[in-house]
This record gives sequence, C-alpha cells and structure tokens, in this order.
Amino acid sequence: MSKQALRASAQREEMHFPWLVRARPYLILLPALLLLIGILYPFLLGVYYSFTAFNFKVPDSQFNFVGLRNYARMVTDGDFLYSTYITLAYAVVSTAIELGLGLLVAMLLNRESRIAKIFTPLLIFPMIIAPVIGTLVWKMMMQPSVGILNPILNRVGLPSLEWAAVPETALFSVALVDIWMFTPFAALMILAGLRSFPNAPFEAARVDGASFWFTFRNLTLPMLSPFILIIVVFRFMDSLKMFDIIFAMTEGGPGNTLMTYQLTAYRTSIQFQRLAGGLPYAILLYIMIYLVSMYLIKAWGRAQRRAAGY
Amino acid sequence: MQTEKAQGRLAAVLSDAFLILYFLFALFPLVWMVLVSLKSGPELFTTQFVFTPTIDNYLAILFGDARAAAGVVAKQEFPRNFMNSLITSSGAVLISLLVGVPAAYALARYKFRGKEDLAFTFLSFRFAPELVVIIPLSVVYRQLGLYDTHLGIMWVYQLVTLPLLIWVLRSYFEDISPDIEQAAMIDGYSWWHVFFRILMPLVRPGLAAAALLAFIFAWNNFMFPLVLGGSNVQTVTVASLGYISSAQGFFNRMAAASVLATLPQILLALSIQRYLIRGLSFGAVKG
Repeated sequence: MSKQALRASAQREEMHFPWLVRARPYLILLPALLLLIGILYPFLLGVYYSFTAFNFKVPDSQFNFVGLRNYARMVTDGDFLYSTYITLAYAVVSTAIELGLGLLVAMLLNRESRIAKIFTPLLIFPMIIAPVIGTLVWKMMMQPSVGILNPILNRVGLPSLEWAAVPETALFSVALVDIWMFTPFAALMILAGLRSFPNAPFEAARVDGASFWFTFRNLTLPMLSPFILIIVVFRFMDSLKMFDIIFAMTEGGPGNTLMTYQLTAYRTSIQFQRLAGGLPYAILLYIMIYLVSMYLIKAWGRAQRRAAGY
Repeated sequence: MQTEKAQGRLAAVLSDAFLILYFLFALFPLVWMVLVSLKSGPELFTTQFVFTPTIDNYLAILFGDARAAAGVVAKQEFPRNFMNSLITSSGAVLISLLVGVPAAYALARYKFRGKEDLAFTFLSFRFAPELVVIIPLSVVYRQLGLYDTHLGIMWVYQLVTLPLLIWVLRSYFEDISPDIEQAAMIDGYSWWHVFFRILMPLVRPGLAAAALLAFIFAWNNFMFPLVLGGSNVQTVTVASLGYISSAQGFFNRMAAASVLATLPQILLALSIQRYLIRGLSFGAVKG
C-alpha cells in the first residue's frame, strides 16, 4: 500500500468509526479489565463471607448471615489489642531501621572508595532470595545445635540467645531477618536518589564552607524526601502484612507472641477452617493499608513537586 | 590543614570499616547457606568453618538417596518442586505480558475517564493484604476445580506480576515522546504497525527486565501456593519448609535445596541490574 492509501485508510477509519477511536483505550484495556473482575470478585465475595458464619466444616454455612458478629468477636477477643500492637510494632521497627540503615549505607556507598565499588553490586543478594528461604537460613543459624550465631556471640564475649524460641527476643529475631532482607531495597533507592542530584547546590555549599551536617539537613534530606517516601510506602505496607518471615520462623509463636493480623487471619480461616472468623482481620488490615497508602502516595506527589522546585 | 586532611582520612577509613561490617551482615547468611549445603550429616553438628566438603546433599535432593528409597526419610521431590515453580512463575509472567503490555500502553497514552483510578486499582493488588482475596478464592477454586492446579496458581500470581508489569511499562511508555507515534501515523502507518514496529523495540530492554523481575517475585511467592495448592503444584518455597520441620532436621539438605532454588534468581537479577531500581520501585524511581 502506498503512503497515501495508508493515510486515507487511517482517515477513513476515523470518519466512519468515530466510536472506535474513542473506544480504543477501553478495547486495549479489555483483557486487563476482565482479569480485574477475576480478582475483584473473590474480594467482594470475601467481604460478604465476613458477614456470614462460613465454616469449611459446616455445609451451607456460607448462607448463614450473621451481620457484624465476626467483627464484634474480633474486637472483643482478648488478643485483639496485642495483635494490633504486634502488627504495628513489627512494621514500625523494621521500616524505621531499614530506612536509617539504608540511608547510612547508601551515603557510604556513594563515595570514591574501592570497597564501595566492590560492594555495590552485591547489595541485591539478600532481597532476591525468596523470603521463606532466607528466613529458613536464619532459622538454621539461630538453631541451638547446628546454629552459628550463638558461637559467634560467645566468641566476642556475649551470652547465647534463644532467638525466636522465647517471647522476649522473638520480635527482635524476625525483625532482624526483615532488616537483613530489605535494607538493601532502601539503600538502592537512596543511592539512586543521591546519584540523580545535580552537582551545583552541593558545590555552592562547599564553597561557602557549609558543614557536613548543614548540607545534609538543608540539602540532602529535602532532596531525598521523595525517595524516602517511596521506601516508606513499600516497606511499611509490606511489613504491615508480612507473612512469609513470621510464618517460616515461628508460625506466629511462641504462644501468640507474633500473631499479627495476617497470621491470625491465616490461622483462623485456613488452619482452623473457620473461614469467616479470620476475614475481619484481613479486611481491617486492608482498610488500614488503604488509608495509610493513600496518605503516603499523596505526600510522595507533594515531595516530588517540592524537590523539583515547584 | 594537616589535621583536616587527617580527619578526612580517618572518616574514609571508618566509613569503609562500617561498610565491611554491614556487608558481613548482608552476605554471611548466604555464605553460610552454601557452606552448610556442602557438609555431611555428622559434620553439621561438629564443625563450623573447616570441614571436608561433599556434594552428597545435592545428589540426594536431585536424584533421591538410598535412605529415601528405603522409606527411612520422606522422599525428596525437589526436581518436581523446581518444575512447579518454573511452570507457574513463567506462566504467570506470560499472562501478565499479554494482558499488561496493552494495558500499560493505554494507561500511558490515552486520556479517558477513570484512568488514574484504574491504574491505582491495579497497583492496590500489590499492596492489599493477600488473604483478603485468597481466603475466598480458596472457596471459588474448589468450586471451579482450580484448587491445586498450575493454572490456578498462575492466575493468582497476577496479584504479584501484573501490577509490576503495568506500572513499570507505563513509565517506559511515558518516556517515549508521543511525537514519534504521531509522525509515523501522519506518514500513514497503521496503529498496529506503530505499536509493534516502533514502540515495542524502544521499550524492549525495560520490558524484558520487568518480566524477569516479575518472574523472580512469582518464584519467591509462598502464601499463594501454600493456601491454594496441594502436593500437585508444590513449589520450592512451600517445599523448603518440609526439610526442617521433619524430626531430624535435614539442615544440609535444606541448604542445598535453597542454593539450587536461589541460584537462577541471582543470575537473573544480575543480568537486569541496570533496570532493577525502576522495577523495584514500580517505575517511581527512574534509577
């Protein structure tokens, strides 16, 4: 076909089928929209089930509508407050340390240093391994008979720990794995930020004799704020719903020490087969994550505009 | 002047020392995993760093061993688990590519009602607690016969792979000036020609990297095959728990299986390192 004929056919299409042009984005999106329904349907079904007495072991119990009873049970459960506390504690502790440590590591890697050059490509290793497998390796290192961590502690003069086996150090043990696994994510994001900065303002600060802390507080941190928010969005959301690390380490134990919302929902709905009983925990977590992420994503947009100088 | 220089050198030394400490922390578990995978059973308990390495653990998990044949320990099904991981993860990425590439293009190029809401709905798959969808899905799957099937796992992996592909690709499409398309359209090329012959080659490196990262995420997933699969689709992540929950605790076998399950991913990740930051941040950080 000649170019003119092609152009004519394209114009014909627009003249005779204007709806086609307008509908094109939707047509292109059609497969994705169909898939979306396949995901949203079980989600809505789950919301419905949370108002029933659905139990795998009781036939037809999914039609037994009980209103807010499952939610009332969740809120009045003796462990509910503790479960809320441990969900938040895990997320806040691991996100905060990953952010701080990641910032430090990234700033140290962003120097002219041979060690920094050698190490930077190795940064991705801990976060590429499957969280379950990484956790099992840590569990093996913490294990009393074959573990290596206690011998190392003893070598430097510290007493042995019982790690995730006792309530006192259980949260520390799983947070340690989370920090090991995801600090590289924070460091990589900060490093990308640092490397994207223009040189001029830093040069000017240096010429003016500004101290390291002054430059850090007034230039580096504000310019990093969009990157910091990205880290918080990903890490805080992910650690609020963390399942793999806690499950592989202790399945929520010892006792109820690590029974976060996710673990409680899994245990009630899947292990105990009281499907409707666990759903309120998952839905409450969903609402929490939805609200926090909306706020954080808006803050990210603002930070990005501010960092760009608008 | 002198003291300033000395201070600078001290700071550099301290910085390097801290980096070495941090990387000891970051890499030691992986080194330990490899070491343990090379230990024989007795040496697991008697040695730390110095021992006679053996590849028995690898042979045992790949080809089974005499004790497993005699029924003393559970038969290790690592090769099957590995294949299950491979089939479900690559199937999931293929579905995501078919569905996600056009969607990413539409979300990058067209203005239409509800666009941002739609984009954020896809993103919310990534951030929503999985159990909200998976618990009811376990009922639906049993009704549809999808429970414990490869197709069922591929479908639910879309929660992980699709938002990643859509958001990363969207950012790559947005990087391409619409002028290129318009110029080609004015030259008379059809929309199909422009899309496949002009746009796709431009985004191909980013597309390949995003697809590989999606593959890694699907491979690493644990909860979906745990809840929605049984022995038929058991992946390496689910199977890895079995090694140390058995009474004797086959730590060396588990370590060998972990090494084999992790090696492909480390190679994949190294091959896409340049694109990793954009992928991990879902296109938010261009890296």
